Amino acid sequence: MINLVGEPTHHLPVGERGGPAQPLISVKGLLKHFPVKGSGFLKPKKVVHAVDGVDFDILKGETLGVVGESGCGKSTTARLLMQLIAPDRGEILFDGETVGETLPLSEYRRQVQMVFQDSYASLNPRLTIEESIAFAPRVHGVPAPKAIARAHDLLHRVGLEPVRFAGRYPHELSGGQRQRVNIARALALEPRLVILDEAVSALDKSVEAQVLNLLLDLKRDFGLTYLFISHDLNVVRFMCERVMVMYLGKVAEIGERDAIFEETRHPYSSALLASMPKMDPGERTLEPPLSGDPPNPIDPPAGCRFHTRCSFAEDVCRQTLPPLTRISGAQSAACLMATPNSGHSRAPAQLEA
Amino acid sequence: MTDPMIDIRNLSVTFNRGRKPVKAVNGVSLSVNSGEVVALLGESGSGKSVTMRSLLRLHPKGTTIEGSMRVAGKDVTELSARELADYRGATVSMVFQEPRLALDPVYTLGQQIEEAIIRHKGVSRREAASRALGLFEKVRIPSPERRLMNYPHEMSGGMLQRSMIAMAIACNPKVLLADEPTTALDATVQIQILLLIRELQKEYGLSVIFVTHDIGVAAEVADRIAVMYAGRIVEEGKVADVIQNPKHPYTKGLLGARVELAHGRDRLITIPGAPPDLAALPPGCAFAPRCGEAVAQCLTDVPRLTATDGTASVACVKYA
Repeated sequence: MINLVGEPTHHLPVGERGGPAQPLISVKGLLKHFPVKGSGFLKPKKVVHAVDGVDFDILKGETLGVVGESGCGKSTTARLLMQLIAPDRGEILFDGETVGETLPLSEYRRQVQMVFQDSYASLNPRLTIEESIAFAPRVHGVPAPKAIARAHDLLHRVGLEPVRFAGRYPHELSGGQRQRVNIARALALEPRLVILDEAVSALDKSVEAQVLNLLLDLKRDFGLTYLFISHDLNVVRFMCERVMVMYLGKVAEIGERDAIFEETRHPYSSALLASMPKMDPGERTLEPPLSGDPPNPIDPPAGCRFHTRCSFAEDVCRQTLPPLTRISGAQSAACLMATPNSGHSRAPAQLEA
Repeated sequence: MTDPMIDIRNLSVTFNRGRKPVKAVNGVSLSVNSGEVVALLGESGSGKSVTMRSLLRLHPKGTTIEGSMRVAGKDVTELSARELADYRGATVSMVFQEPRLALDPVYTLGQQIEEAIIRHKGVSRREAASRALGLFEKVRIPSPERRLMNYPHEMSGGMLQRSMIAMAIACNPKVLLADEPTTALDATVQIQILLLIRELQKEYGLSVIFVTHDIGVAAEVADRIAVMYAGRIVEEGKVADVIQNPKHPYTKGLLGARVELAHGRDRLITIPGAPPDLAALPPGCAFAPRCGEAVAQCLTDVPRLTATDGTASVACVKYA
């Protein structure tokens, strides 16, 4: 057989192909519009702008947090990354290789795994725990006894004794235990990136803390990279090195954790932070930081998506879509107030050196 | 001292479905004064929702309810079916966690609110419609005339929860029961709803029981907190005291496990283990198997809820 496409990187071990400085995942111009049922025939065609041109990188070994309200596109982004749905536009580079082109999908899927919010719905009720965990390795050609042995190792690793739990069915476990099983299953293929889509949101606080600790231990021991989607900003602050704030299918702000939490440059991020309940009853919130619900992603506002709820909005915000602008080495924001010479009265005059 | 608006004494609720009876609430006593907001805080299965639903007698047939419940001077356990129908909505009303499941999908919101007003107040449809409009304005739903004609599926979660609150206060109840009303909402909408409930509570002088698993939410709305674990109240006190100076080891653990405190540390402090099976409760303190401070007595005796000072009480042998 003649190899027509030169693939000189193949002699390198997996994990080193893109070089150490390469982001693990680089997403460019990712776009997904869902058609709305009942539109299009004799009616104007409508689409949900779920993810509307998103660029970001996930660095090797980091945890990138994604926050935003429901409908902002965080879960769609996760599903696009996982290739559970095909993007309309945009490309995903995994360790320097384009997914679906130089990197075949089967190889990519082995390296990227996902844990969902609903721990019960994501397990097959007719398979025992060990069968569920061993399923994917067997599909990828691992002999059954070896796959089962590895499943037992993983169960032990996530804090479930294999002797007691391996033969049980999902309905026999509590929510926290099932989520541990889902984590073990995600690790069965030895992935490099794990996408955690609200993986701890359905758990009780005391169980959530246990699972978060487990995720941190596994990350260290297996050298994992996480994409951590959550609506709980406190959890994101604890878990993540970098944070991405999304609003209506766009990136509002992305940067290092401390920059996002302490020197927020996008008014939406500040409103999101101010909406968290205060722990001190003496300092209760007096005014809601944002009024109303997020606008409908079927018909997003023109210009800056946030201008309808933003207290700093000016005429220019209704016309110009703010580009994601680098503010410092640690932070980028898509707000005209952070973009030099944008025409907004609060915009900086020129780029800071 | 006037009588409390809600007075629950030694309430136990046992569900008799399945093979083993499940004791979801196990001797809960709680009183709420007129115009007071009490948060029932606990994890899933702690009995907080079951306690609250008992006040409306919403449990399925065959459920054993023991103890006494008095609301606004009425004995809830003794009400006949007809009295119960008059009592629900007019004296006590409830806001549920999932407005999409609690509202009827085949009627408009206006029809549903009008129906409640006509049933309880006996006014004309025209009068009920104008009251419904007033309520929608009160809960600050934009373009209320148009929204009253909407079906539940046409509205967002935040708007539906506002409609639920409008319906709950439609017949001027004395007591509002809120069952995790903001859990399904986004943080930005959650705070709006919390502020709305607080505002209406002050304006109407409502007594509120607010069930939540989120300490932050309790801190935002409540005057007092009662912490529940495995069907019992383990600690009760003023909101600031419970949050700043928790006494029961479970409350301490719950507050200590918060991620906000872990800033700069690489691990969270957790409560080991899991809550007990309600069908097979341990003989002593239900928290003893997970408690770092447990002594031999904890494994045999159930600690009583004992007052530590005028406003606080705790169920732990350390304070008995």
